[in-house]
Amino acid sequence: MTSLRKQIGDFTRLRYKRRKALSLFVSFLLFSAAAIGVASLLAVFGYVVWQGLPFVNLDFFTSIPKPVGESGGGMANALVGTVLMVGLGSLIGIPWGIFTGVYLSEYGRGKFAFVVRFCSDMLSSVPSIVVGLFIYVLIVKPMQHFSGLAGSLALAIIMVPIIARNTEELLKLVPNHMREAGLALGIPRWKVTLWIVLRGSIGGITTGVMLAIARVAGETAPLLFTALNNQFFQLRPDQPMASLPVQIYTYAISPFEEWNHQAWAGAFVLVVFVFLMNLVTRLLLKPTRTGARE
Amino acid sequence: MSSLSKRRDVRLADKLFFWGVRLIALLLVATLIAMAFFLTNASHLALRETGFWSFLTQSTWDPVRDIYGALPVVYGTLVSSALGLLIAFPLSIGIALFINEIAPDSIARLVGFLVEMLAAIPSVIYGLWGIFVLVPFLRVSVQPFLISNFGFLPLFQGPAYGVGMFSAGVVLSLMIIPTISSLAREVFAAIPRSQREGALALGATRWEMIKLAVLESSKAGMFGAMMLGLGRALGETMAVTMVIGNRAQIVASLFAPAQTMSSVIANEYAEATSDIHLSSLALVGLMLFVVTFLTSGLARLLIWRVTRSQRKLK
Repeated sequence: MTSLRKQIGDFTRLRYKRRKALSLFVSFLLFSAAAIGVASLLAVFGYVVWQGLPFVNLDFFTSIPKPVGESGGGMANALVGTVLMVGLGSLIGIPWGIFTGVYLSEYGRGKFAFVVRFCSDMLSSVPSIVVGLFIYVLIVKPMQHFSGLAGSLALAIIMVPIIARNTEELLKLVPNHMREAGLALGIPRWKVTLWIVLRGSIGGITTGVMLAIARVAGETAPLLFTALNNQFFQLRPDQPMASLPVQIYTYAISPFEEWNHQAWAGAFVLVVFVFLMNLVTRLLLKPTRTGARE
Repeated sequence: MSSLSKRRDVRLADKLFFWGVRLIALLLVATLIAMAFFLTNASHLALRETGFWSFLTQSTWDPVRDIYGALPVVYGTLVSSALGLLIAFPLSIGIALFINEIAPDSIARLVGFLVEMLAAIPSVIYGLWGIFVLVPFLRVSVQPFLISNFGFLPLFQGPAYGVGMFSAGVVLSLMIIPTISSLAREVFAAIPRSQREGALALGATRWEMIKLAVLESSKAGMFGAMMLGLGRALGETMAVTMVIGNRAQIVASLFAPAQTMSSVIANEYAEATSDIHLSSLALVGLMLFVVTFLTSGLARLLIWRVTRSQRKLK
């Protein structure tokens, strides 16, 4: 505290106007930093809309890719693949994540819970390409071929820490007297956990799940050598499967202009989906957050 | 009698539920351990053939001649991440300060939301944007400017390819800005209000208040935020793969194509045929796993300690 007072003393020796001007200047710099951040977002989003929107048409949603040289074609198979893999991944990842969160919030004291929390944090910072590598070694290699199932599993592993962390935080906001009231009525603890604690925060948990879905829907790296890609419709999860992000990647690095346009169109669809999910979550989240804080 | 057995049932159900959720949580721990185990297992061949040390220090990565030295890709990862961090860190701190300390509430909320949206954009879209928008822009305007004005530095020599380390660094910086700025905001928000009011009451201007009351006491937290940003940059794959040019080489010029640990895996793994190639790529993956593990672990420890001690002060 003494050093603070001394430093402020030093400052008063400077002329007040100069200090004020410096302060204003720094405020301007900080404002510029924020402006650069916002401008970058607008630049990316704007280009995706500008370049992508003209090539989004009915064909894009209903037909499969055409060979090089033929115009037209779409990404119907990739869209279906993404929906299937994200869906399958969610089937595994959502319950896994939610119940991990339940464990951490309701029973999460002591050494083991600390280890779980730590591992969850670490898992969320593992690069997604490493998750893909892991699934390749674990599943693709023994099965001898790429498959949509392997891709879904990779996506599920990425979802779990996001959902678990979010669920834990939300359940901790549930006031203890709610649990006590339930227990006092003679309801067994597991029912209290499921029907009072978990049910009460279902809105917030849903938003966390939606964010996790939005996140994995755009993941490319973990699918590159798990689900690979497929130029045709594929509904069987034990076969290689196309996905929107991998298809965007393939088309983006190809030298054919026709395919580059398709990549932009795909990017547009993906970005709109991700932004909508984020916006909806925002709108959903507001009431729960303020409500829980009081 | 019946009520007694019912109570026993309840206790059994509670126990089952507890062990059930505990098992599910254990599965998460097991996944992480399995990841380390399987990656080590897969890179066993490369470790035996080359040995870890020579693998790390050999400067040739050439799948055609079956020579695998990881130094160029490690170099690529370190330099591109450092470059990204160099651009992103000051910007992110600026953004966090603007939102937390300067902007009025409504603007702060809007800017915060928009910057967070940067994190929501999938990596592959940054890559697409990088190829068709950023790289041509850098090649035509920024790189020639740097070459003609700072060309005496070896960093800015050589032809302006567009794709290369420099472009990768710029794309990375955009991608890690939201990570660093949101963590920095958390760290700044943990500082007690009274400290700011104290500085202002002693006659500090707003910038002096920020410097003395905010920045001074959140050094460790900002370092943690930086480390977490670094962790993200190190493992970032798609966007980097698409703009870095994919040539495993060590060149002083930032404008030359390079290759990173994650991009070499993304580029070569699906097409690798020889066992030693696959195994070498797995070893690169294992190194990436360990490095991000360490950086993120350290970062979280720092941030956790900072926010906890600040809360106690409150």
